Amino acid sequence: MKDTSHINPLENEAIYIFREVAAQFERPVLLFSGGKDSITLVRLAQKAFWPAKIPFPLMHIDTGHNFPETIEFRDRLVEELGLELIVRNVQDSIDQGKVKEESGRYSSRNSLQTTTLLDAIEEFKFDACIGGARRDEEKARAKERIFSVRDDFGQWDEKNQRPELFDMLNGQIELGQNVRVFPISNWTELDVWSYIEAEEIEIPSIYFAHKRKIFLRDGLIWSHSDFVYQEEDEEVLERMVRFRTVGDMSCTAAVFSEAADIASVVQEIRDSTISERGARIDDKRSEAAMEKRKQQGYF
Amino acid sequence: MEVLKIATAGSVDDGKSTLIGRILYDTKSLTTDKLEAIEKTSKKNGYDYLDFSLATDGLVAEREQGITIDVAHIYFSTDKKSYIIADTPGHVEYTRNMVTGASTSQAAIILIDARKGVIEQTNRHFFINNLLRIKDVVVAINKMDLVDFSEEKYNAIKADFERLMEKRDYQEQNITFIPVSALKGDNVVHVSGNTPWYKGTTLLEHLENLDRKDIYNVGTPRFPVQYVIRPKTDAHHDFRGFAGKVYGGELRVGDEVVALPSQTRSRIKEIFFYDKKCETASRRSSVTITLEDEINLSRGDMLVKANDLPTIDKRFTATISWMDSEELTAGKKYVLQHGVNKVLAKVATVDHKIAPDYSGVDAGVQALGMNDIAQVGFQLNRPIFFDTFKDHRTNGSFILIDTQTNSTVGAGFIN
Repeated sequence: MKDTSHINPLENEAIYIFREVAAQFERPVLLFSGGKDSITLVRLAQKAFWPAKIPFPLMHIDTGHNFPETIEFRDRLVEELGLELIVRNVQDSIDQGKVKEESGRYSSRNSLQTTTLLDAIEEFKFDACIGGARRDEEKARAKERIFSVRDDFGQWDEKNQRPELFDMLNGQIELGQNVRVFPISNWTELDVWSYIEAEEIEIPSIYFAHKRKIFLRDGLIWSHSDFVYQEEDEEVLERMVRFRTVGDMSCTAAVFSEAADIASVVQEIRDSTISERGARIDDKRSEAAMEKRKQQGYF
Repeated sequence: MEVLKIATAGSVDDGKSTLIGRILYDTKSLTTDKLEAIEKTSKKNGYDYLDFSLATDGLVAEREQGITIDVAHIYFSTDKKSYIIADTPGHVEYTRNMVTGASTSQAAIILIDARKGVIEQTNRHFFINNLLRIKDVVVAINKMDLVDFSEEKYNAIKADFERLMEKRDYQEQNITFIPVSALKGDNVVHVSGNTPWYKGTTLLEHLENLDRKDIYNVGTPRFPVQYVIRPKTDAHHDFRGFAGKVYGGELRVGDEVVALPSQTRSRIKEIFFYDKKCETASRRSSVTITLEDEINLSRGDMLVKANDLPTIDKRFTATISWMDSEELTAGKKYVLQHGVNKVLAKVATVDHKIAPDYSGVDAGVQALGMNDIAQVGFQLNRPIFFDTFKDHRTNGSFILIDTQTNSTVGAGFIN
């Protein structure tokens, strides 16, 4: 048994935050991507409200380019826990002419999600959107509050954030505003993996080593798929890989790995010398890529 | 393993971000891709050394101006502890960020530039950490490489700081001095060969050795009800659980408790953490409690031990740290959030302003501006259940919310 006693303060803090959301907001929603962080959020929410059910729905903003394993997993989890799931599709935003599909070598639907998300927030009048972002992931996220206010346009005013003192969370907002809530703000990647191991939380199979058709570009391992643009001279290889972070197929790179179970994955993360978002193609666009996306209303 | 939150304070160019970058580098917490990015940008900016401050300054404006403008959180761990560093900016105008960072921390590092010694800003950094009753403070005398690692220089700065300590309100605060060079790495993680006269530990070793009794002020148990859990399912038809976090000491099944404000007595029947039944609930754990008797309790109410009641009152005075550009004046009304409880509060009196550099109090003040600290009298629309900040860090503090903008505009510490 690994020592995960340091998780306890983080787990207690996350449960506290979930309860604040349920008490302070009328229409909260948990943004669920099918990735390990949002799966961890679901477990923490279960703990916060037991023996009652989680008192808010999950929402998935589906780019249409997901790993099929993630979608299967999502549907099974929702079914088993008896949760309500809302799905809104980026494809619909494209069809409505609200956003334009990117083209070319690095095309991805990742940034298009923002429009679909903001439309869904308006449609359901959500006043709190719970997400699995962590401050250790990325420099702009390190400045994020636990309760982070967004205006009618979903924008993040990073220079004018509310101070958060002690553990008092101020969720007072005006009509039209909403709050992004990050219960695992203070967790690191290793904390999440250790928690998944200790709690025996099931996660999608793509997090474990498996044989996959891939190609190499810019030192990253890309999935060979209909959704990912590939040059003719980029050779398809079959290799043992796993995913360390799961976005959609066009923005998530794999890592070579033989780690086939949770204990080996945790060990691999512990020994790793590359950061988690080092395998995020969306962050490679520029040094300020995340900050720019966040100002526009990204997760 | 435990989590230790540390606030940092230092003036512009004291090397705060560099110190944090150095800690990350020497504990091997910087990953290859991050290190490569730092190397690349350092070279681009024409430095012949690694600019570790690049590891923490996250916003575009910060990188452009080479300064830190908002609290950033940095994470690293050793075999012993998980650390969270709140990197708070040193500019005068950002005092509110320093108060914010310190409010969630158990330890603090104050940086002093060895060439400049104790300056007006240092007074302010110390004042705030003392006001917030941070139990363990490290005074890191930095840039020792630029004063030839002079023991005399170090001792002179230490003596200046000790004079400052005589003025402090919270005398029990532990203060440790360490001579460091963040840029070169002396006494940060590795013992320096340049300071043979220094017999203490390195900065990291000091933090590693802190244990619970060094960093926590434990008070009496307070259990504010956060949320009432009523599943109304067949399996749990009559379940009525009070969800919340335990502050101060521990609660135990069978404890006689009083519900506030009703002052009804009951006993703790069960304590749940998720679906596990527990005998005790320790401090800072998020549990669900059921009681022997059916009593009316809702969010904002509080359970306390029958033999240890807090003060129940509509009037009190508090030290306020003001954080808004709109002034606070007598007669104004705010939402006062005390833990999870919200009441309306009127500013009854602005008693006096307290200079955060220990230069004295000013009794002739009517209005508080951004970054002011003052003693203020409040009158509430209904009583709250509080302790003094001195006795109970959580139950003795509150925030003020502007009724129009909904912003958090001030922090209060009850006297």
